[in-house]
Amino acid sequence: MKCQHCEKPATFHITELTDEVPEELHLCEEHARTYLMQADLKEDEVPSIASALAQQLKVNPAAEQLAQLDQQACPLCGITFYEFRHVGRLGCPHDYICFEDELDPIISNIHSATAHVGKQPRGAGEGTDQRTELIRLRREMEQAIQIEDYEKASMLRDKIAGIEEEEKSG
Amino acid sequence: MFLDELAGKGGEWLKGTGPESDIVISSRIRLARNLAEFPFVRKCSDGDKLAIEARVSEVINQQSKWSDPVSYHRIDEMNDLDRQFLVERQLISRELAESNGARSVLIDSGEKFSVMINEEDHLRIQAVQSGLDLTEAWHRINAIDDFVDSCLHYAFHPRYGYLTACPTNVGTGMRVSVMLHLPALVMTRELEKVFRSLQKINLAVRGLYGEGSEAMGDFYQISNQITLGKSEIELVQQVNEVIPVMIEYERKARDFLLRESRDELSDRVSRAHGILQNAKTISSEETMHLLSSIRLGVNMGLIEVDIPMLNRLFLQTQPAHLQKMIGGKLDIADRNVQRAQYLKKSFNISDN
Ligand SMILES: [Zn+2]
Ligand SMILES: [Zn+2]
Repeated sequence: MKCQHCEKPATFHITELTDEVPEELHLCEEHARTYLMQADLKEDEVPSIASALAQQLKVNPAAEQLAQLDQQACPLCGITFYEFRHVGRLGCPHDYICFEDELDPIISNIHSATAHVGKQPRGAGEGTDQRTELIRLRREMEQAIQIEDYEKASMLRDKIAGIEEEEKSG
Repeated sequence: MFLDELAGKGGEWLKGTGPESDIVISSRIRLARNLAEFPFVRKCSDGDKLAIEARVSEVINQQSKWSDPVSYHRIDEMNDLDRQFLVERQLISRELAESNGARSVLIDSGEKFSVMINEEDHLRIQAVQSGLDLTEAWHRINAIDDFVDSCLHYAFHPRYGYLTACPTNVGTGMRVSVMLHLPALVMTRELEKVFRSLQKINLAVRGLYGEGSEAMGDFYQISNQITLGKSEIELVQQVNEVIPVMIEYERKARDFLLRESRDELSDRVSRAHGILQNAKTISSEETMHLLSSIRLGVNMGLIEVDIPMLNRLFLQTQPAHLQKMIGGKLDIADRNVQRAQYLKKSFNISDN
């Protein structure tokens, strides 16, 4: 894909989340930098993923690093950081843990805060980590079915059922 | 059927009662929640969506758990007209109507709350009160959230709070909004100035949109922009604090109009009334615009029209509502004719 403003390949895919309908931008590195800096400078602008990323670029100006970061994937749901940047939506609860270093400055920029105050679910969410593990198991089971490894699939199914049962009683 | 019964009614958010209801239409709070053991909806397989729908409906789709009658609808098994109808009533979002896979909504018969399953997040709970009453909306939604939490495992992070598909909702997952009718601020062109000052304190302002992208009758929604780092009570307070200021601005603009241009204003209101009573064909956009002028005229003592009826017409003249009341699908041209007839009838009944 080409940059929207020149002939160079678009290596940055930015989703603006300021409106109801997200706007997608495809830009080369140079135009991305210009765009992000502008977005960041606009006063009164509501926080957006783009301006948050601009903050990050300032701290960490190496584009190669961002390209490398884009390849990183969540071990549970499989979403890459590139995909998140592209659509502006995360793939699963575990992404907040596996992309924490990258997300933290973005979150801090959007909310001007990094810690939740207020309501907590019962047990203060203890066990979220164990439960997100089910996302991986279900994904592995589907993959096993796809390659017709039914033995593995049935083993995974039993394991999933076991965890789900435990939960119901717990 | 339940939806057909609703078509004849006004809906909680347009009831036109409650504190400051000449300017404040409704107060609304929504919570975004996700189950820990599934991917966020966009990354769900069809099977995941079915499993989430089954798991959540098992908990919420039980009449015995609710004090008022509720109804449960599978959006993926519904026709387009019914979906659009629920969007017009603000019981579901456009996103839920237009996405795909297993998804549903639980609706309270008084339309004071609804729970969407498999929208952008696994659960989107919303509570609505007529007029300015965010505190009541918060008590209601908090109780619903506690009930769901007692049966399911929410995704929660000790530092980031409730985990959501979009980082802009993380933390409380809460959006507090108040819908206002601001026709005088629109007429005096002061609206933008007021809105810019709100953005400085992290509040967002949005026009209310009907079919397509046309702004709907001078209705504006003010809501919190950030969701992390402030408690639910603080978020309610933050919005609550600016509403009296907005009401004051709108009242000042109305006084100004009365003082400086009473005749023009009165003329505008009467013309709006005349068109709505006599038009042979009329678009929903023009209808909203004219209804808005009449609503302002009533609240300023320039004309006498029943306010609950006006509020109802804002809703019933929208495309899906009109078609459900007529009892079938209509193209745009036919809708515009039917809308004109419906308006004529409504205004003539109210004049007698
Ligand atoms: Zn370029
Ligand atoms: Zn993930």
